[in-house]
Amino acid sequence: MSETNGNSKSKLHGLWALTNRELKKWYKAPVIFLLSIIQPILWMGLLGKAMNIGAIFTVTSFPLPQLNPQLTPQQLQQLGVYFNGLQSSIMQGAFNTTDYFSFMAVGMIAFTALFTTMFSGMSVVWDRRLGFLNKVLSTPVSRAVIIFSKVLSATLRSMFQAGIIIVIAVAFGLQFGANFTLLNILGVFGIMFLVCVGLSSIFIAITIRSTRIETPMAVVNLINLPLMFASNAFFPTKFMPDWLQTIAKFNPLTYTTDAVRQLLIFNTDWAQLVWDFTYVGIFAVIAAAIGIVLSWRFLSK
Amino acid sequence: MSEEIIRAEGLTKIFNKHLVAVDHVNFEVKRGEIFGFLGPNGAGKTTTINMLITILKPTEGKASVLGFDIAKQDVNVRNVIGVVPQEYTADEDLTGLENILLCADMYGIPRHVAKERAEELLKLVELTDFKDKKVQTFSGGMRRRLELACGLINRPKVLFLDEPTLGLDVQTRTATWSYIRKLKKEYGMTLFMTTHYLEEADSLCDRVAIIDHGKIIIVGPPEELKRSLGGDVITLGIKEDADVSEIIRKVEHVKDVKKEDGSYRIKAEEGEITTPLIIEALRKKGYTVTKLSLTEPTLNEVYLEYTGKSMRNAEESREAFATQRMTMRRARQ
Repeated sequence: MSETNGNSKSKLHGLWALTNRELKKWYKAPVIFLLSIIQPILWMGLLGKAMNIGAIFTVTSFPLPQLNPQLTPQQLQQLGVYFNGLQSSIMQGAFNTTDYFSFMAVGMIAFTALFTTMFSGMSVVWDRRLGFLNKVLSTPVSRAVIIFSKVLSATLRSMFQAGIIIVIAVAFGLQFGANFTLLNILGVFGIMFLVCVGLSSIFIAITIRSTRIETPMAVVNLINLPLMFASNAFFPTKFMPDWLQTIAKFNPLTYTTDAVRQLLIFNTDWAQLVWDFTYVGIFAVIAAAIGIVLSWRFLSK
Repeated sequence: MSEEIIRAEGLTKIFNKHLVAVDHVNFEVKRGEIFGFLGPNGAGKTTTINMLITILKPTEGKASVLGFDIAKQDVNVRNVIGVVPQEYTADEDLTGLENILLCADMYGIPRHVAKERAEELLKLVELTDFKDKKVQTFSGGMRRRLELACGLINRPKVLFLDEPTLGLDVQTRTATWSYIRKLKKEYGMTLFMTTHYLEEADSLCDRVAIIDHGKIIIVGPPEELKRSLGGDVITLGIKEDADVSEIIRKVEHVKDVKKEDGSYRIKAEEGEITTPLIIEALRKKGYTVTKLSLTEPTLNEVYLEYTGKSMRNAEESREAFATQRMTMRRARQ
């Protein structure tokens, strides 16, 4: 009667089913799907194009003829070349690239990872409130799989959005680094996978006991922007005050963003890239371990 | 395998060290029976079921389902049971069929087997025509049936139903009962259910445990519980003025006669058989019966007898119920 009730199935059974359940809510709802694509476009347009830092240092932004009316047109032209060179080296020195938009667009990728994974915690609360969590708990699905399905679905969503961001950023004029190849894109997905696993595990760990949707909302609102700005996503950490630099030095988003920049727009510093991957990898493993331990502890009461 | 499908010994759950939800309950459920937990809201029914389906750990005592210990062999238990929760847990964004297949995946059932079973179950609960519709379009009764189908996907040997007809109208409730009876009859399934509807326990369950404040007060078949109260109550009046108590008392099966306000209140076993006998005895002596009523005791009277309060009175308003449930939920965390 119950030939499938043996213990022959794998420990991970149900993982894809539960993950796909989450993903279906996203890709089967056209509005939500569209919004998740539009959101990074909006941010890129606002932050990347509105805050055109590079333009500040171009010759046209300085009223040179007014400063010194005796300059001949030739001298002015020479000064213009000089200024443009200066601008390039200022930008290169500050942002490691001459194009702020490229710098910032890549920061958007980490930004998306943070925002998408934050909501994985909320779906745990919803499942608890609607009774779905109890239902799954009464089936042979492993507790760790329940948590991992949430982690995985948030991760896959972020990775998809990262892909969209890269495509849009290229359309907006992202300048790839000198040694960019298509293989580097795989590296971007790799680092995104690691950081999303880490981040969503943390957010789930925070919300696993919560029965109210307000709790994760409050937590998310408290930490998302500080975490974002205490990183190198939009501005290099070297110009930050010491205390902020210290925070940024521990923030996994800093390493994620740096890795993506090394891969896409910088002249890749391989040693730095390896260190970025190591740091984010360790972060992911520790966060996932915490998530699993807490899920065992709080899902089996 | 033993004939005892479920066995609980001193099963206890205490939330937050002071809220005693289930207090040392002992019971066993036999193969192929419908066993009901009857009690008012907050009596500990859902907590008991949650311990048996291994989503809550008992504070004290132990229980086994099909011989597997619920605390130590919880994975084995989960493999052989089916659960129909109190809430509508089906995913609203998915279709009926997708929901059943999702449940199948939880048990690691291969897709082709799952599809076959899903068709069979959809037919059983008469949802075949709606299988490709999103669950958000389903009515309450349809959702309940879908939950039932989901709970059966792993061909469980024992099915747990938590308040299977909560919030359903009378017609849908009766229809749900017939599905539950069908499971017992056609599949020989053992069912454990909780309810706070007296009629439901009475008409569905082979045996009922009345539970209040976390304690089991009495267990037995509904008929037997009602009989233990001393049988049916016959009320009759006669045209004549005379006292006929003695005549009635001599009739077979009559246990007690009381004269109240010109009519007679008679306690008798098997009222249907006794009533004609009484009428006949009175007629022989020349008396004419003018009015007559026969009432069978309900489980409410059983409840009243053993707890000293009416179960219907024990039911609070809906708001109070909701608040209480939220409190219990929070306490469980």
